[in-house]
Amino acid sequence: MSTSSVLYDHPGPRAKVRNAVLSVIFGVALLGLLYWIYTRFDEANQWESWLWEPFTRSTTWTQFILPGLWATLKAAGVGMVLSLAFGIIFAFGRLSDRLWISVPAGAVVEFFRAVPLLLMIFFIFYGVPFLIQGPVTAFWAVVIGLTLYNGSVLAEAFRAGIRAVPGGQSEAAYAVGMRKNQVMRLILLPQAARAMLPIIVSQLVVLLKDTALGYIVAYPELLQRGVNDLAANYGNIIPAAMVIAVIYIVINSLLTWFAGWLDRRTGIRSFRMPRQTGPVAPANAAPGGDGTVAEPQG
Amino acid sequence: MRMKRMAAVAAVAGLAVAMTACGGDSDEGNSGTGAGGIVGKAEGQKKLVIGVKADQPGLGLQTGSQYEGFDVEIAKIIAKGLGVEESGIEWKTTVSANREPFIEQGTVDLVVATYTINDERKQKINFAGPYYVAGQDLLVKSDSTLTGPDQLAGKTVCSVTGSTPAKRIQENYPDARLQQFDAYSKCLPLLENGQVDAVTTDDIILAGYAAQDQYAGKFKVVGSTFSDEPYGIGLKKDDTDGCEKVNEILKTAAEDGSYKAAWDATLGKSGTPAPELDTTKLTHCGAA
Amino acid sequence: MHVFTDPDNFDAYVSGFLWILKLTGASAVCALVIGVLLAAMRVSPVPVLRGFGAAWVNVFRNTPLTLVIFFCYFGLFATLGLSLSQDLDLNIYWLGVIGLSVYTAAFVCEAVRSGINTVPTGQAEAARAIGLSFAQTLRIVVLPQAARSVIAPLGSILIALCKNATIVGTIGLLESSNIMKDLINSNGDAVIPIFLVFAGTFAALLIPTGYFFGWLANRLAVKR
Repeated sequence: MSTSSVLYDHPGPRAKVRNAVLSVIFGVALLGLLYWIYTRFDEANQWESWLWEPFTRSTTWTQFILPGLWATLKAAGVGMVLSLAFGIIFAFGRLSDRLWISVPAGAVVEFFRAVPLLLMIFFIFYGVPFLIQGPVTAFWAVVIGLTLYNGSVLAEAFRAGIRAVPGGQSEAAYAVGMRKNQVMRLILLPQAARAMLPIIVSQLVVLLKDTALGYIVAYPELLQRGVNDLAANYGNIIPAAMVIAVIYIVINSLLTWFAGWLDRRTGIRSFRMPRQTGPVAPANAAPGGDGTVAEPQG
Repeated sequence: MRMKRMAAVAAVAGLAVAMTACGGDSDEGNSGTGAGGIVGKAEGQKKLVIGVKADQPGLGLQTGSQYEGFDVEIAKIIAKGLGVEESGIEWKTTVSANREPFIEQGTVDLVVATYTINDERKQKINFAGPYYVAGQDLLVKSDSTLTGPDQLAGKTVCSVTGSTPAKRIQENYPDARLQQFDAYSKCLPLLENGQVDAVTTDDIILAGYAAQDQYAGKFKVVGSTFSDEPYGIGLKKDDTDGCEKVNEILKTAAEDGSYKAAWDATLGKSGTPAPELDTTKLTHCGAA
Repeated sequence: MHVFTDPDNFDAYVSGFLWILKLTGASAVCALVIGVLLAAMRVSPVPVLRGFGAAWVNVFRNTPLTLVIFFCYFGLFATLGLSLSQDLDLNIYWLGVIGLSVYTAAFVCEAVRSGINTVPTGQAEAARAIGLSFAQTLRIVVLPQAARSVIAPLGSILIALCKNATIVGTIGLLESSNIMKDLINSNGDAVIPIFLVFAGTFAALLIPTGYFFGWLANRLAVKR
């Protein structure tokens, strides 16, 4: 945000008036639009009390929304942990010096990044049982699908992050006698993970939202329980969808806020993505163990 | 083309048998009775996993942790006949598309979920029943003048993506405009405010929706069915014993009045009298 | 492969992917326009516009696309009466384009905004010093330079958009995910080949797209 204030001068008296006028015009137009939407929903009887009354009953929450929320969080939580592991493994795989590791790792990552999650989850549920001769539960179909896709995205993010760590860091590490494995694990990954934190978190928000695709295999997550099943009982699909949307927005905002807090707490980032502009921070920013930066997300 | 289909179906059946064989082994290991299939499992473990629908009022509706409806009552009768208490039943939500995989993979022991018996499905699984014969019908607003599918030209009909009723409309009534969703519960608000002219699926499912409190008096089922949908109870392809046992239980239920009681407690609430269960039409369980 | 030698199935496969391409194309253009406007709002001197941009991003980035598409159908069309075409499929298509655009625009906005941040502050300062207004500074000086660093993230967003187009299937468009489901349901023996054909088509479309954007981003990158 710091640069945005550079884009315009400090408002003088005329600019202040102009900004105020623009604010009022735009604000009034926006309120008018919202009011129009409100009245149209009113005409369609969407505010009628019987549609909203179910949300005042505790059973609606204890039997539909909270179990759905729990299923969503469970799938997202397991998916996050596995995606991070998948991402780290395949990022290293792609950066390997051995072609027989880096080429297949690259192919796997590219493939799973390109296949829509909806198709992936559907296939894991209906197709994989033929391959492994055993059932795949809806839960694991969702989690594995989320892991393969988000893990691949994270693998690319980690790889970009590792490559963006200033070359002096690994040179210094080699100079003190570390092996490639140690350099990766102790020097590059912790710094990359910290710099990539915003991308990691926004990918985790994506992951949490994508659990909603579990509907395709009837995984009883928040959208399925809170919108489809609830509406089958009470016939209030639009109000139900509004309530569920608010819940998603609150949870994901909390996740984003938590990431920002974590980012501030873990101290000044040693360098910026995607291009190094600031001075390299002193070495005390780097150590901290490879796991600690990424794991709190799980 | 046809030959290839047949070969394909046979291949699936082969896979299914191979898979059930695997499943059977582990069952034997657990129960120790030596008998595969639902009869053995019911006797040995006093437990059954039964797949039902979760979003069809009157038939299989999940109201929180409970399931209620006609299918659910039928499932309870069968479980009882097999010697399993209600507390020993684990309910599992199934949707139309995952019923065969659930049975083949052993995720559920039985499926009682508005499950039409047809030849394609019989290649993969075994059917007991039918316990009810439904038919595809139309649900319209109570003041609608629609009387049958022939008048659908230019009208919008709502159904579930890829379902048999949707396909039948596409093939036989191509002039109708077909709106498809992943669940029927999305069709009903649209029918209510006039965005669609009719909702189509089996009459019994439509009746369940029409009888819900929030829609009371707003909708009617047209009442001219244009297909036969005998509802069966799905179980594993090779479980002939289980299938025969279920048919016996259904026969008893028809005689001792528990079938009628199941109807009266659920779909019968709307005033429709219980249908007669024609026990002469029960399947042969693939035996002959 | 017998599934795809049946002309009916092959036609369905082709029409499914045509819908995906049409959704992607129209939504990409709309999302780019809306996204850049939102980014301009977020860095503008008018507080209400900044708040509007921020609210848009927070709402759409945090809502599952399935719900956004749902509201386009049940909110815009069914309740507000916004009908975009007499043809049922085309109406769903345009509602889907709206949903995909407003959702994707939130991501485009954030990409453009971080792109603006990579332009050295001296550029904007110099622009102001020669008397350019906010709009001129943004349009003539900052955005053209930001565009180069935004190419790579926009490429990823485009790829995600193409895959997300499958979600329009939830409101009844027979795009490739619904076609695949259908083919799998009626050809239970060929689940794996069917999946590989559909996944392979997406991979064939999107992996080269990814490399193209990577190449473009490298070519146009500003060495600072």
